[in-house]
Amino acid sequence: MVEDEGIRRYVAHFILWVGIAIVAFPVYIAIVASTQDNALIANGQMSLLPGGHFFEVYYQTIFVGTSGSTREPVGNMMLNSLVMALAIAIGKIAISIISAYAIVYFRFPFRMAIFWIIFITLMLPVEVRIYPTYKIVADLHMLDSYAGLALPLIASATATLLFRQFFMTVPDELLEASRIDGAGPLRFFWDTLLPLSRTNMAALFVILFILGWNQYLWPLLITTRDDMQTIQVGIRKMITTTDALTEWPIVMATAVLAMLPPVFVVVAMQKLFVRGLVETEK
Amino acid sequence: MQKQAIFQSKLLPCALVAPQLAIVLIFFYWPALQAVIQSFLLQDAFGLSSTFVWLDNYIELFKDPAYFEAIVRTFFFSFAIAVSSLSFALLLAVMADKPLRGSMLYRTLLIWPYAVAPPVVGVLWIFMLHPSLGVLSRYLRGLGVDWNPLLDGNQAAALIILAAAWKQISYNFLFFLAGLQAIPKSVFEAAAIDGARPMRRFWTVTFPLLSPTIFFLLVVNIVYAFFDTFGIIDTMTRGGPGTSTVTLVYKVYSDGLLGGNLGSSAAQSVILMVMVIVLTGIQFRFVERKVTY
Amino acid sequence: MANVTLRNVRKTYTGGFEAIKGVNVDVADGQFCVLVGPSGCGKSTLLRMVAGLETVTGGEIDIGGRVVNQVEPADRDIAMVFQNYALYPHMSVYNNMAYGLRNRGMAEAEVKTRVEEAARVLELAPMLERKPRQLSGGQRQRVAMGRAIVRQPKVFLFDEPLSNLDAKLRIAMRVEIRKLQRRLNTTSIYVTHDQLEAMTLADVLVVMNGGQVEQVGNPLAIYEKPATTFVASFIGAPPMNLMSTRTDEIKSQLGGSASEAGILGIRPEDFAITDQTPAGGVALPLMVEAIERVGAETFVYGSRAQDEQRVAATPGELPPGEVIVRIPGTEAPAIGARIRVAAVRPKLHLFSGDGRTRIEA
Repeated sequence: MVEDEGIRRYVAHFILWVGIAIVAFPVYIAIVASTQDNALIANGQMSLLPGGHFFEVYYQTIFVGTSGSTREPVGNMMLNSLVMALAIAIGKIAISIISAYAIVYFRFPFRMAIFWIIFITLMLPVEVRIYPTYKIVADLHMLDSYAGLALPLIASATATLLFRQFFMTVPDELLEASRIDGAGPLRFFWDTLLPLSRTNMAALFVILFILGWNQYLWPLLITTRDDMQTIQVGIRKMITTTDALTEWPIVMATAVLAMLPPVFVVVAMQKLFVRGLVETEK
Repeated sequence: MQKQAIFQSKLLPCALVAPQLAIVLIFFYWPALQAVIQSFLLQDAFGLSSTFVWLDNYIELFKDPAYFEAIVRTFFFSFAIAVSSLSFALLLAVMADKPLRGSMLYRTLLIWPYAVAPPVVGVLWIFMLHPSLGVLSRYLRGLGVDWNPLLDGNQAAALIILAAAWKQISYNFLFFLAGLQAIPKSVFEAAAIDGARPMRRFWTVTFPLLSPTIFFLLVVNIVYAFFDTFGIIDTMTRGGPGTSTVTLVYKVYSDGLLGGNLGSSAAQSVILMVMVIVLTGIQFRFVERKVTY
Repeated sequence: MANVTLRNVRKTYTGGFEAIKGVNVDVADGQFCVLVGPSGCGKSTLLRMVAGLETVTGGEIDIGGRVVNQVEPADRDIAMVFQNYALYPHMSVYNNMAYGLRNRGMAEAEVKTRVEEAARVLELAPMLERKPRQLSGGQRQRVAMGRAIVRQPKVFLFDEPLSNLDAKLRIAMRVEIRKLQRRLNTTSIYVTHDQLEAMTLADVLVVMNGGQVEQVGNPLAIYEKPATTFVASFIGAPPMNLMSTRTDEIKSQLGGSASEAGILGIRPEDFAITDQTPAGGVALPLMVEAIERVGAETFVYGSRAQDEQRVAATPGELPPGEVIVRIPGTEAPAIGARIRVAAVRPKLHLFSGDGRTRIEA
């Protein structure tokens, strides 16, 4: 409209850039801090411009770790986070898509009961049943294991509902055509339904990967060994209560490294990310 | 809603739902049930035996002023985070919804903080506003503020609200933008022809039409503030100073971990479950009906 | 090559709703059979029962001498073209056609020959590598046809295959389908709600209503001698005029035993504007209420003011008391004019009062 011309347009641009600056500032500070000398920071003398210690700080962070609190290289923590995030994303998609397939395309005893059993899990995040879950995982000897990290977080219905929703929109005639073409249930699933679900799976994968990578409370509880720590848990252990001992450049480098994979996924796969986010929340 | 075209097998679908059913039963229902049972039990000091104590754990909780404070604090945090984050995100979304050059770039630059994990958010903000070495603390002190969130409970609470709201901006922005884009442009044009100036148009057309989105986001933000702030609190203040930033989830965690009072922790879990179910219920009920046009 | 026989076929849903109430149809080898009727008459259900997509709750379906009630769709040796085509959106045109052949374990060389032959016939050769979404509506329709013909089945089943196309393409594809079927000489069953499509395509026309067959036969024979008032008004456009014979005016004109019939039908094209009353025929005074001039012909909508006992309309009908007359495009009476129209005796159709029986006078 006409009003969107002229001065209003500049106001809009200005407000958006202010918003971007506010959103980006803490991260900018983290990047700057991760290239500076710890002594300088500890004195409250940190510069707002990047320093010259980039390679040395990141080398120590990834391959060595802090010298004080935990001695775990952050590279290893990232590997743990990666394994956990992938296990959650892939595991959840795999078990959800087959159960959604069963619920939508078959009639079997207790079908609706099973649907509701799965549906209800939607309501309660792991945080509210944290200690009993911890106990189960401990009883199953899964503390300090990838299975223990991932399995309890797979137990939720979002993906099942999403796939169910999608399957309901697939025209019935496609299944009928497949039947006439001689395809049985498994073949229809593999040849037709799975390829059609590709975009949905990808969008879901993006969201689940980010959520998995960012898990905190659960890994904090069930990992006791330093070499099983995820990066989110590791970063907290680096901040010691006695301020003087905190190695801030390494903490900030770890923060940057912790942000890198999920932020990259959001920016690089923006379309899938937006789609996944909107669909999982519906 | 049911499909008409289906396959006949009975065995195959059972095999297909089995993995999810097993995981859900073992890692969801069993622990949830345990939490409920445990909330009625009192364990002795050594954890060797437990007695059934009816609602004692709950009664203890509600008699405990610290718990009551945590409830009030949690709701206060939730509303403060939701309102501040929602209003800022709405402002940005309304701006980004205009036909501006580079609007895709703006979107990209505003949505990425969604991907930053809560503990990292905590680390970023405590570093900036750390009493002795934070880069922003210098300016605050320059302004004459006696800034020390590690000692001052109110300042600590403000810091947590700020950090949590910051993280939530991108999420809210994205949904507001989608909501705005779903409103047909002709409605704005009609309002403009009807003589409504931009500000008036926002309050009389945009805002009401956006109310389903606003309500939805309000609920999501409150649930977020309930649970996802844990990581922020744990890295920034660990509930302190004193108990001035202890929320309900943080209390479940710390009571169970430090105090080893599993009965009380379980009772708290059950109360949280009920709260979340109520919130989700509200969301389903109202988002579906009242606020849709 | 096969004939298809339906013997007293019934379909009752679990809720008790009876969709098909005992249908008997015999389609000879190589014939093109069209099931026509208003929506909800059960024609699609019947076709899907032949395909094996719906269970049969009574009677027998026989394809090529084998009762197939319990046979899976894939094993019935039929091919089907769906209304929305049901193409696999993620597969190329080639793979869409090849899928059913490969599932049956056919050698890749043979698959290739068949698909390419079908593509040649249907002029799809240049687009074999495209995905369905890159095709126009007509092209998609042809792929759906191709998927059916590569199989060289005993029977083709068509479920309103043209209803998603625009009018012009629909006519073109109608001709294509007929030519193709003649050449392949494959028994076909075709479902449509469009009576014109039905008339032009069918060797055998089956008019259905309310889960039952109203009339079976050659399309022209049905047009000339509709068995019930339903068929009379469903086949032919604009529909046949139906009126009660109870009014003195008509009763006196019909005379004899014919005057005992309950309903008189006259097709719009069988009227002529004339002042004479043909011997044994019927003449009606009309007030012209509207006219439609479409070039080759003119439709006159008139009312019979004095018609008190009106015949209740059957589906898709004229309002009672209204009469449509079709005259050459060169003529056009003025609106409001009072005219007299008449039809000769051989063009009159007489039915029993309930419309269920045709009376030959």
